[in-house]
Amino acid sequence: MKSVLRLILLGVVQLLAGAHADWQGCAPQPRQRIYYANHTSHFDTLVIVAALPAELRAETHPVAALDYWGASVLRRFIAVECLNAVMIDRSGQSVDPLRPPAEFLGRGHSLILFPEGTRGTDGTVGRFRSGLYNLAQRFPHAELVPVYLDNPRRVMPKGSFLIVPLICTARFGAPLTPDPSEDKDLFLARARNALVALADPQRSPEAPLEAAR
Amino acid sequence: MIANSVFVAVTEGVIAFLALCTVIGFVLVRHVSTPAAHDAVANLNARIRAWWGIVVVFGVALLFGRLVTLVLFAIISFLSFREFMSLTPTRAGDHRSLFLSFFVVVPVQYWLIGIDWYGLFSIFIPVYVFLMLPALSAVAGDARDFLARNAKLQWGLMLTVFAISHAPALLLLDLSGYRLPNALLLLYLMIVVQISDVFQYVFGKLFGRTRLSPAISPSKTVEGLVGGGLTAVLIGAGLSGITPFSPLQAAAMSAVIVIGGVFGGFVLSAIKRDLGVKDWGRMIEGHGGILDRMDSVSFASPLFFHLTRYYFAT
Repeated sequence: MKSVLRLILLGVVQLLAGAHADWQGCAPQPRQRIYYANHTSHFDTLVIVAALPAELRAETHPVAALDYWGASVLRRFIAVECLNAVMIDRSGQSVDPLRPPAEFLGRGHSLILFPEGTRGTDGTVGRFRSGLYNLAQRFPHAELVPVYLDNPRRVMPKGSFLIVPLICTARFGAPLTPDPSEDKDLFLARARNALVALADPQRSPEAPLEAAR
Repeated sequence: MIANSVFVAVTEGVIAFLALCTVIGFVLVRHVSTPAAHDAVANLNARIRAWWGIVVVFGVALLFGRLVTLVLFAIISFLSFREFMSLTPTRAGDHRSLFLSFFVVVPVQYWLIGIDWYGLFSIFIPVYVFLMLPALSAVAGDARDFLARNAKLQWGLMLTVFAISHAPALLLLDLSGYRLPNALLLLYLMIVVQISDVFQYVFGKLFGRTRLSPAISPSKTVEGLVGGGLTAVLIGAGLSGITPFSPLQAAAMSAVIVIGGVFGGFVLSAIKRDLGVKDWGRMIEGHGGILDRMDSVSFASPLFFHLTRYYFAT
């Protein structure tokens, strides 16, 4: 029943948003990874899960904000039952908000993380928060794969409930090479640069529209 | 349902032609040696396979009549517009306009054909939508790239919805002395456009030497254009029996369809170059996106529709 609902949901996402996967820097492989992506829309999680091959979905968990995805029975059902999401508490009340995702990594599963922590509005990639660094420190064997999402912002921008069916692309980059000598800020800056480098210069909001020649 | 012997005969002809192509592709695979030739034949076979799918979908739609045909073309417009806008930058201020375009403008344009309202069908997008969408954008209060954003949106709608809808609009024409169902005229348009495309590709691959415009469409050659165009005009003239035209008129109509189609492909290639992409999408294996197959249709349909309406409608 759950798997049927999941297939229907992801089918609808693919119908609406195309959710095309572009594996540029690595191949879809069943190994432990932390996929980290730019965050612009509630659609992001759906697109990235739909873009993954079905055999990887069962052991790949998007990290979802409890305050949004846990806010109603329907959202919680979509997040937990259909998308295999793991909830984290952004309110600051939790002692160790990273414990639930860390538990999944401890089991050898993979994560999908939005290191900006919140959705951007202008399409540029914001400053990374420390969660990605902390998880990478605790699980050095997990590959860190940048994923640039094109178009979800235009499908459903922050503040709108209207869904516009444009084709979204998830561009998977090469895994970051580990560098134990780096401190937190250097690491986060390097991780962010690797993600921004995947943006399509023609259509990226990183580049202003009139420069998109 | 059109239970018509002429329709059956034409369909059989198309199927026989595709079967012949499939056999040729099958033989070619066994006779190529170089990797480059192998890729070319693999692409050819992918295209032929996709053609079977297109012919089945289109044939079934025509067979089930006007409503199903209109729904099919509405879906084609929807998907083409989606491919167009996915590659065209817009801003958050265009969100409402985009939503309306997909979910109101596309259905209304085809509904107008369904209820036979020619007057509104022909001005709905060029007049009302043209004025309404920029008004909505202006209300959103974002002036950045305002002209470019609205121009692109209107262009997308004109090309993928307005222009393409003229193909199924052939169904609403009242043609004097034409005893066959109008669906055959639509079939005629599609056959001539696509035969022209296919034979331009074939002649281009076989005899292509002189490139027409490398900066815009690297695969278009003069030899392909002439060979494909002449083939389409000949076949179009030969099929005059399924149209209200005499063989000579049919040849002239086919020539208009071919020339419109060539420029459709050409203009949409120029847009693709401008946007920095090779294909419009990935929906049809070997062909690219839906818009890669509909580019010629978008230019040929309004021309064919209006010439037919002006000279042959009652």
